[in-house]
Order: sequence, then C-alpha cells, then structure tokens
Amino acid sequence: MVFGRLVNVMKLPLKYTLRNMWTRRLTTVLTITGLALVIFVFSAVLMMAYGIQKTLVETGSEDNIVILRKAATSEITSIIMQDQANIINALPNIAKSIEGKPLISNEIVVIINLPYIKKEGGFGNILVRGITSEGIQLRPQVKLVEGRLFQWGSREIIVGMNIHTRFQGCNIDEKVKFGGDEWTIVGLFDAGGSGFDSEVWGDEVQLAQAFGYAGAYSSIIAKLERRDGFDEFVSTFNKDLRLQTLEVKSEIKFYEEQSEVMAMFIRILGIVVTIIFSLGAMIGAMITMYAAVSNRTVEIGTLRALGFRRRNILSAFLIESFALALIGGLIGLLLASILQFFQISMTNFGSFAELAFSFSLSPSIIISSLIFSFIMGFIGGFLPAVRAARLNIVNALRSA
Amino acid sequence: MAIVSVKNISKSYWRDSLEIPVLRNISFEVPEGEFLGLMGPSGSGKTTLLNLIAGIDQPTRGTITVANTDVTRLNESQLAKWRAQNIGFVFQFYNLLPVLTAFENVELPLLLSKLSKKERREHVEFSLKVVGLEDRMRHYPKQLSGGQEQRVAIARAIVTDPTILIADEPTGDLDKTSALEILDLLEQLNKEFKKTIIIVTHDPRAAEKAHIIKQLDKGELT
Repeated sequence: MVFGRLVNVMKLPLKYTLRNMWTRRLTTVLTITGLALVIFVFSAVLMMAYGIQKTLVETGSEDNIVILRKAATSEITSIIMQDQANIINALPNIAKSIEGKPLISNEIVVIINLPYIKKEGGFGNILVRGITSEGIQLRPQVKLVEGRLFQWGSREIIVGMNIHTRFQGCNIDEKVKFGGDEWTIVGLFDAGGSGFDSEVWGDEVQLAQAFGYAGAYSSIIAKLERRDGFDEFVSTFNKDLRLQTLEVKSEIKFYEEQSEVMAMFIRILGIVVTIIFSLGAMIGAMITMYAAVSNRTVEIGTLRALGFRRRNILSAFLIESFALALIGGLIGLLLASILQFFQISMTNFGSFAELAFSFSLSPSIIISSLIFSFIMGFIGGFLPAVRAARLNIVNALRSA
Repeated sequence: MAIVSVKNISKSYWRDSLEIPVLRNISFEVPEGEFLGLMGPSGSGKTTLLNLIAGIDQPTRGTITVANTDVTRLNESQLAKWRAQNIGFVFQFYNLLPVLTAFENVELPLLLSKLSKKERREHVEFSLKVVGLEDRMRHYPKQLSGGQEQRVAIARAIVTDPTILIADEPTGDLDKTSALEILDLLEQLNKEFKKTIIIVTHDPRAAEKAHIIKQLDKGELT
C-alpha cells in the first residue's frame, strides 16, 4: 500500500506538515475549500442515486411477488388480461388472508397530472393505483394518518403524504378531477418514506371503469405462503402456456429495477461532472503544493544536508497534500451528510411518475468519497513532491 | 592523525558547453580536533570546498576522505546516511525550520537515528544546555534573537556528536556581540569537546579563533 510505505519513510514528524499548513492558512483554507466542494458534489450525487434506490427498494416487500407483462419496465406499460388473472388467482402457494382469501391483488395503475404547490404553472405526473382490500393487506407499511379509507364502490381516494404536501388541492374533502369524474379525497396515508408515499390509491373497480380498463389489469401483487417458495411458484407459473406473456418478479427486485435507470443516469452524469470539477481542484492543490515547495526550498536543502533522504522529503510533501485532501474530503462529506435532512422530488424515468426521496448516505459512499479525495490529493501533490525530492542540495541552500 | 584528507580536488561547473572551474587541484589535511578557517574573497570557492567535505556536493576529480571514509565513492543514499552521522552543519542564516520549536529543530537529526524518544530528549536537552538555551526550548525561531537562533543551530549541529562541524559564515548575519558569543561557543566546542571544526568566514575575529587558516583565491590554495 502506498500509504503504508509513506508512513515507513515518514521521518519528518506530522506536526511539521500540519504546522506548515497552518502557517499558510489562507491558501490551505482555499485549497481545502476547492477539494471539499468537489467531494460535496461527488458524494451528493451518489447520495441522490442511493436515495432513489433506497426509497424504491424499501417500497418492495420480501414476501411479495409482482406479476407483469414480459418486457414491461413498469406497471404503466404492463397489461394482464382478465382470463390470465383468473388463472394466476387459482395458482397454489399463495398466502391466505385472515378471512381465508388468497392474498393476491389485481391492480391497475394510471398516471394523472396535477399542478405543483411550489412551481407556478408546473404540472407533475402522479401515479394512481386502483387497489383491492388484499392489496392494502399486502402493504402493511402503509398507514392512514388522517381521515379514513375510501369506501369500496365509491369515487373516493386516499393520497400519499408526498402528494399531499407537494400538489395543489390534495387535502382531505377536496375533489380531484381525472378519468372524466371528480374524486373526493377522504384520507392521507404514510408509507414510511417508500415509493407509495408518492401515489394516490382508489378502488380498483371504480378506477378501471373510469379509465376504460375493464377486463384488464396493470399488475398483480401477491404474497407467497413461504418466502423460499419463490422458485417453486415461478416454475409452476412458467409451465402454464397461457401465462407465457407474463413474468414473475420478487417485489424487491421489481422496485430495484425501477430505480436502476434513474440511479445510473444520475451516477454517470454526476461522476462525469465531478471529474471535470476535480481537475480544477487538483490544479488548485498542485499550485498550492508547488508554492509550498518553492517557499521552502532552503528548508528542503537544509533537511537534505542534515541527512534526510529524497524519499523522506517526497513523503513529507505527499502527506501534506493527502492531509489537505483528507480534510477537504471530510468537510465535503460532512456538508453532504446534511443533505440527508432534505427531501426532493422528481420524475422517475422508470415509472414516469413523481417520486419523492431523501439523499441517503451509505458506508460505501463515504469510502468512495474518501478514496476520490485521496486520488485528488495524490495527483495534486505528486509532481510538486517529486520536485521537492529532486532539488539539488547545494542549489536549494543557495536560494536563501 | 588527519580526520579530513583532501587529495587533488578539482570542481567545475558547466554552463552550456563552457567549463567553469571553481576549485583547481587542491590538497590538504585537517588533523583531528583542529579548528580550520577557510578564507578568501567571494567566488574563490570556499563554500564549494566546504560542501565537498560535507558530502553535499561531488568533486569533478580527486578524493576526499573523512574519518577513513572515501566520501567521493558513496552514492547519494549512502551519503545522506553518512552526513547524518558525521557532519554537523552551521549555516549563515541559521536555517532553522520556522514551524518547529528550538527543541524540535535540535531533535530533527536524531529522528534519523535509532534513539528512543527519551534518549532523544536527553540528547536535545544536553545540546541546548551546552549552547546555553535550555530555557528557550519551547520557543519558535521567530521568538529568538539572531544570536540565539544560531546557537540553536549549533545545538542541532552537535546533537548527533558528529565527526566534524562545518560552519559557513556562521557570524555573517550577526551583530558584533552575538558574533563574538558564537565564536566563543565554537571555540569552547573545539577545546572542551575536541570537535574538529571547519569554518568558512570573512570575519577577521573568526579567523583569530582558528588554529589554521587556509586562503583560497580563484579556486587555488595560496
């Protein structure tokens, strides 16, 4: 390891490095700020991508399966015909509800448009889910926080907390117009920060009528009797020729896939942008370190005369550059971690609907950010350190 | 016996393709415990000669033996180790590290040794006591006068108990009183601790302290 070798040849005390940084604190602060900003952007982007993934993955439950049309990337683009749904409803290994009915929910999903509260004139896509009573039992994480559940057979809906807080007219007793009718909001639900928080729920039968979905569904959600029964269920499912156009996925995997496109897009865009930013920060660090070398030329000559070797000088300057990078990295990470308290909302490419999520920090993001800052420190500090190490002793002493 | 033996030393610098001779065929010996003064006008090659003996520069021709080691045959890494053990440097402008205290500056050469922290502290305290600055250990160079800074530098030079002390214009940047104090200190190190000292100087008072004076002019001993 580079770092291990550095410590080995680090004959000069660390306080020498730190006090030199303190002596030229203005440039130190400016350099650290540059590095910190890059790490802030870098980790913020990763936190954003991870936040989306986490929100969607938490939406899924390990016990549930999702059935969609093959090649459908989301519930919106999927269709299951009534006769197929009947076959699926009769498949074995599906868990039973308290009432003894199979825990399986034939659902429809549509997208509607509503105006945002904040952005004037802007509209956002909202996912509306037509659900059954089994569907509600399949999502125990969803809790009504205000009002009541819609009445089956009526044009009533309940809305997720993110919809309630972000869109106009999404309060209890207000009416929302879509599907050629008016729907009364009778309850608000909280889904514990999962993707359901950004959905609107109503009676499947009512919504199917309103949107002309009779005889078809978007997706079927079910709970298996045993968690390890997934492979068995899939194999039974795939043997039925009538179900060849459909596909079974675990709910977790389904939501993971929903987040992939978006998370990947943010990651790639973000990393490209931060790499460009980082060039600036690295050049800044390099200028700082070159200045440090040239200001301390006599000192370097003196140290060499006293018997310190080239590699001792090299390591002292590299450590200095690593220290700048480490401090910058930690500050950047610290600033980015504050973002965890903020929630943002954007259209998920996977489902075309609004999704609210929080920036989320993970150990791997911390490690990646610190590695990235070390790389910046190394690239910024290496050439100046080599120059310091290669100074001719006599010339260095003469520059007094 | 001679502790330093300089034989047929020449040193040239190259500017473009032009050879500029700095030292021409110089030979002399310095007996152990000697106090040698190198004098001569600017550009006569005094400092270059001193640098060669101290092993921070290499001659174009000739050999230099210090305490039975042929310095001109050592590679750079061996030279660094050799300097750390055998040479104590005193510079005109003290060359203390401004971010380190007097104690830490004196301790620097010992960081290259295998001494324990406790042993290092004892050595540093002893050296600072010899130069009379045991009460200024925690001071930074900028909190010291020029004379005090040079005494810290001398403490740094002697802390490893080197074979020879090399001083390049040690009084060049000091007022008269401080200069005398430094010269007295060097004399004391020579007499009491039997240190071999080679000093480059313009200062006639410094020359008085030296037992032998070598005059250099245009790269030759006169």
